[in-house]
Amino acid sequence: MSHADTMPKPRRNVELLLLVLALSVSIGANALISIDEQTSLDTDFWFQSSLLAAASLVFHVVLRLRAKYADPVMLPLVVALNGLGLAMIHRLDAPGDDTGNNQLRWTVIAMAVAIAVIWFLKDHRVLRRFTYISLAVSALLLILPLVPGISAGEILGARVWIRLGPMTFQPGEVAKITLAIFFAGYLSSNRDLIMLAGRKIGPMQFPRFKDMGPMITAWLVSIGVLIFQRDLGSSVLFFGLFIVMIYVATSRISWVVIGLTLILGGGFVASKVFSHVALRIDSWLNAFTEEVFGRSPGGSGQIVEGLFGMASGGLVGTGLGQGRPNLVPFANSDMIIASFGEELGLIGLFAIVMMYLLLFTRGFRAALGTRDAFGKLLACGLSFAVALQCFVVIGGVTRLIPLTGLTTPFLAAGGSSLLANWIIVGLLLMISHTARGPVDTSPMQPGRTPEAQKPAPVTAAGSRQDRNTTQTLPDAPTEAVKHL
Amino acid sequence: MSELTITALRFGFLLLLWVLIFSIVSAMRRDLMIGRKAATGAPTARQVRKNPELAEPAPAPAKQHARQLVVTEGPLKGRTVPLAASPILLGRAQEATLVLEDDYASGRHARLFPQGSRWFIEDLGSTNGTYLAEQQLTRALPVDLGVPVRIGKTVIELRP
Repeated sequence: MSHADTMPKPRRNVELLLLVLALSVSIGANALISIDEQTSLDTDFWFQSSLLAAASLVFHVVLRLRAKYADPVMLPLVVALNGLGLAMIHRLDAPGDDTGNNQLRWTVIAMAVAIAVIWFLKDHRVLRRFTYISLAVSALLLILPLVPGISAGEILGARVWIRLGPMTFQPGEVAKITLAIFFAGYLSSNRDLIMLAGRKIGPMQFPRFKDMGPMITAWLVSIGVLIFQRDLGSSVLFFGLFIVMIYVATSRISWVVIGLTLILGGGFVASKVFSHVALRIDSWLNAFTEEVFGRSPGGSGQIVEGLFGMASGGLVGTGLGQGRPNLVPFANSDMIIASFGEELGLIGLFAIVMMYLLLFTRGFRAALGTRDAFGKLLACGLSFAVALQCFVVIGGVTRLIPLTGLTTPFLAAGGSSLLANWIIVGLLLMISHTARGPVDTSPMQPGRTPEAQKPAPVTAAGSRQDRNTTQTLPDAPTEAVKHL
Repeated sequence: MSELTITALRFGFLLLLWVLIFSIVSAMRRDLMIGRKAATGAPTARQVRKNPELAEPAPAPAKQHARQLVVTEGPLKGRTVPLAASPILLGRAQEATLVLEDDYASGRHARLFPQGSRWFIEDLGSTNGTYLAEQQLTRALPVDLGVPVRIGKTVIELRP
């Protein structure tokens, strides 16, 4: 094995090239809309385009400086999706609406936060120390919307928002990141324990009852979210995230079987007990009957109008700015996929789905490449969270599954979702940086104790400057130190 | 603006979307090393087809599975541990599967775990390191039958 072959390439120039292409998609979409609305290319258009381009280029430069081995296609994919979303939201704004500019503001904030994550978090393994802190933070974030005073009350049937000054924020979006950190930290330390014990029934090995504790807890949390926050989507997301991470950690199919049984059981009971769940399922199964269509609340009007919108788009779509997607309620958030289906057609919608798919595969590629169990689990969990969210939303809009209130990552109008997803991208980029970066295979220098090799905490910024020269160390020291 | 231009722009935009996707896929293609020299330096399937001499000799058939771990040197010399499907912790700590009475071993020194049909050894950040066939471990590596693994003064081996 010669050294030259295995030398990883940063490939930042490829990223720049793809980023220019992605920006031309985003700005092109915006330009097409401006042309169609006969507003010509006004100052608004130039301001938005240059702000997005500048923010993306700053992100790119930060990657060059701080994470030069990071995955080269992730940033262009996300910028293209975010840009398409911005253009569509701007297009759907009625005169006087400010959603488009608000989304642009949040995009810039979210990118700044993701840049901060990359800048200050030089090694994702530091997050492992916050395993139980992230559990506490997740619990806090999930409870916040129920606390009187901070809670923004019930909006559109769900209690998931909190009030922060003039804005509202959905803490549940950030909770999926902290939960993924907790699951990754917990499972990477305890998976041997969970894996070892168990009875064999048929072809599958089932875990001991006392090892089911975390699973039951995750299930109860999901049910709690469903009952108290009335948010079916987040409930499915949290539990799905847990099932996938425990499956990845232990490679036991029995966990998936147990998890699916619990979720189907819970879902069945919920559909009998809670009217909002029952209405969702009814408006999914009987969407086209007249009484369900016109029912309010919980009718299928939104889904059916979205379907008709997509049907009128056909194969190639009506063209950006030429359809009538604004006839559908929440065309810029829940139903933005239907808006794209109408204006870009099946070909354009598939391009968007393809972008999500590529993003997901890149997340998993980072998980495969990274050498520590915590990083693997975290990358799997985070990219799966994005994928599951896409599936639940796009499946709901196309009437494959009941429509639930999750946001389409990067596309839909909504600041908290945008912020959370950009943080996820920042973390995935950091993990892919360690996954693709050079590995040191030479023996450790004598006289260095494991303590000295431990990744330095975030605050000790300068001491880790030599990371790429002293090379990535096995993650084991932290693990061993923890157990000693 | 004329109808024709708008239609052209409409289709041009869809084309642009897919141009982006195909450029990304082709950028990834290089990353996956399809049709190129694989990252390990091993010849690819295509290269082997074209130049049969590149093909590595076929692996020995009917590989024996490791069934036990034998201590060949050190204070515990002669001790054997049967290998089941579960990982084995080596170290001085009491919870270790094989408790090493060796001053040069760390509490949780190394971990031996099965994956597929092979056993892998992983150093758990020990002070003095773990050596697989005289090579210090920096990551998890497969352990073949009869290859010595040294931990402090102890040497272990896998046997069928």
